[in-house]
Amino acid sequence: MMSSTKWLAASILSVLVLGAAIAYGVIAYLGYQARTAAPSDVLTTTAGTTSVDPHIVFRNTAGGQGHGRVASVALASPAATRALSEQVCDRVYATAEVLSCLRTGWGVPPTYAAAIFDRAGSELASRPLPGIPSRTRLSPDGSLVATTSFVTGSSYATVGFSTETVITRVDGESYGNLEHFALWIDGDRLMAIDRNIWGVTFAEDNNAFYATAASGGRTWLVQGDLERRTLTAVVDDAECPSLSPDGTRVAFKRNSAPPDAPHWSIVILTLATGEERVLPEQRNVDDQVEWLDDETVLYGLPRGDAPGDSDVWSISTGGTSEPTLLIEHAWSPSVVGK
Amino acid sequence: MYISLAGRTSNHANDEARSSRPTQSTTTRVSSVVIALGVVSMFTDISTESVSAILPLYITGVIGLSTVAYGVIDGLYQGISAVVRIAGGYASDRADQPKWVAFFGYGVSAVARVGLLFASGFAALSAVIAIDRLGKGIRTAPRDALITARSHPDNLARSFGVHRMLDTIGAALGPLLAFAILFVIPDGYGTIFVVSLAFAILGVIVLGFLVPNTRPRRERTADRSQPRARFRWRDLNDPRLRRLLVTAGLLGLVTVGDGFIYLVLQSKSGFAAEYFPLLYVGTNVAFLALAVPLGRMADRFGRARVFILGHGALLAAYLCAALPATGWQLTVACLVLLGVFYAATDGILAALASQATAVETLASGIAAAQTAVAAARFLASVGFGLLWYSLGRDVAMAVVAVALAVVIPVTAVILRDLLRMERSS
Repeated sequence: MMSSTKWLAASILSVLVLGAAIAYGVIAYLGYQARTAAPSDVLTTTAGTTSVDPHIVFRNTAGGQGHGRVASVALASPAATRALSEQVCDRVYATAEVLSCLRTGWGVPPTYAAAIFDRAGSELASRPLPGIPSRTRLSPDGSLVATTSFVTGSSYATVGFSTETVITRVDGESYGNLEHFALWIDGDRLMAIDRNIWGVTFAEDNNAFYATAASGGRTWLVQGDLERRTLTAVVDDAECPSLSPDGTRVAFKRNSAPPDAPHWSIVILTLATGEERVLPEQRNVDDQVEWLDDETVLYGLPRGDAPGDSDVWSISTGGTSEPTLLIEHAWSPSVVGK
Repeated sequence: MYISLAGRTSNHANDEARSSRPTQSTTTRVSSVVIALGVVSMFTDISTESVSAILPLYITGVIGLSTVAYGVIDGLYQGISAVVRIAGGYASDRADQPKWVAFFGYGVSAVARVGLLFASGFAALSAVIAIDRLGKGIRTAPRDALITARSHPDNLARSFGVHRMLDTIGAALGPLLAFAILFVIPDGYGTIFVVSLAFAILGVIVLGFLVPNTRPRRERTADRSQPRARFRWRDLNDPRLRRLLVTAGLLGLVTVGDGFIYLVLQSKSGFAAEYFPLLYVGTNVAFLALAVPLGRMADRFGRARVFILGHGALLAAYLCAALPATGWQLTVACLVLLGVFYAATDGILAALASQATAVETLASGIAAAQTAVAAARFLASVGFGLLWYSLGRDVAMAVVAVALAVVIPVTAVILRDLLRMERSS
């Protein structure tokens, strides 16, 4: 081919390729506009979100208006019309007093923040997060908040994957990054740099807590002590713990597959005896479960049919009954007033 | 057995880049082929980095998984690229077809982008990433061999500088483009994947149509009426290349990932913490601004010299990060020093490897040098991680700074012949 012919061919092909990409982008933009302007796929109301009755607070993932906003339903009628609040959160947790909200600010680059709201919807505090929101929990009395985010950097920041999990008092004082707590595994202090801590759950006393510790491809359920700044391994191979309301059991997820194709199951650990029970949920549960009551846990599962959408399921901890769908188009549930 | 500078010039007497004034290196223009290869790399880096930047968001927000497992995968595949790189260099030398081996590598990565459009689960996603890394491993050495073959020996480092500048522009633009798309369409991951595929195809188009094939071995044979040149392993066992590999490996062993330096800065300076996701952009901007001037300087004052002095900039970056002071000025200074380090070492290593290798084993020699550096740096990061936690952040920084300060003069001794030659030329 002549040089000029090559230039012409390359130019035509390039214009075609770029034109196709731009056309795709324009169609995607119009589709997004149409989706967000459309009425919600579920019944919603914006009137009155605070409830004295027991209720479930979650992220609304239904398509249409109100996608991503914090919503609530009465515990007695979880499928009823959901009350939408003003807050948009990726991950949310609430007590009767306060609400912890991890959110993304779209921009170049995106920014992430952890905010605390009172239940009337006023923002009490906010601090930047170093990475993508992952987990948040409040202590039962709403005085402590834990946040986990993924610090990913870029391919140039070749530190690899890392989490930052911080516990702060809702009134401001921080206990810092839990990676700086002394981590004890079977009586030895673990010093490896690839230590990562995530997924905190608090006990009633505002001192004890449970979390996940990981290093060298292994994970542990660890019991933490805020005053002594220690983390002590309790059980191997356990992630994202959640302490039962009566404080006697911990629900966590355990990976039963190779790390490049993880499959997590829910396990209930009785702390006094060490007895473990795997719940009969066959699907892959990548969530920090929440206790509905002392016999039932809740968790989110992505919906196969729509990206970014999920449902909240419940399953009895007895280990005999099948999971049931509790709230459609919902994510990150917390039970208030249980 | 090596191509003398004059010999290489006569090989390409018909090439427009060196027909102008082959004897005056500073006025010789960089070959249009090198610029075309730079544009190929720029498009490909836009394609790769736009997806890399949003992949964690995509995994958590769309696939609905935590990114814990992604970290595991990322580590697993880091080794693949290094091994495949050697294979790519070897294949290029054996077949004497650097363009088409590189084309295959770029093509593999572009095809992987098609898979991204259909990958809905985690396993599929990690397979796509693995294939992309394979493609990157295959193409790097033959592409650098093409740059060498199409460059005047006197401005080889400048040619690599031009290429790395364009490459880094792509690496800086990719994430910005992806974030801008998400800003306009918050669930626009599909659009990012399509745009990424488009840029990958653009790269392949430019390479396929606008970069002429070069057959370094055949051209050499034809010009010199020598016995038919073949790929021979023993050509790789050259004392100059060996010394370069040892030097690059030693320096790599005391080069910790800039991710660690960003973490040090983040923990000390509020400015660095706030702009953490943009720190590598700062380094890239310094890198791309300095790649050509430092390449030119290397051609004029000696490549080995600039390569070793570049590690002096790395040492300064370590010291800068270890300083107790805080403030944005310090952060910016560290990023500029890191940019100087990359500009003075990345392309210049390829130039040094080229001049230490016979034309028959050009791509293999470049691949060997780059793999030595990558493997040594991987070990350095693991070792530094252990130091960080056993001795603490500041002491670890000081230890690696002292080690680098010791290694720099040692490598100057190892490369003394090369340095002396540069002085006399």
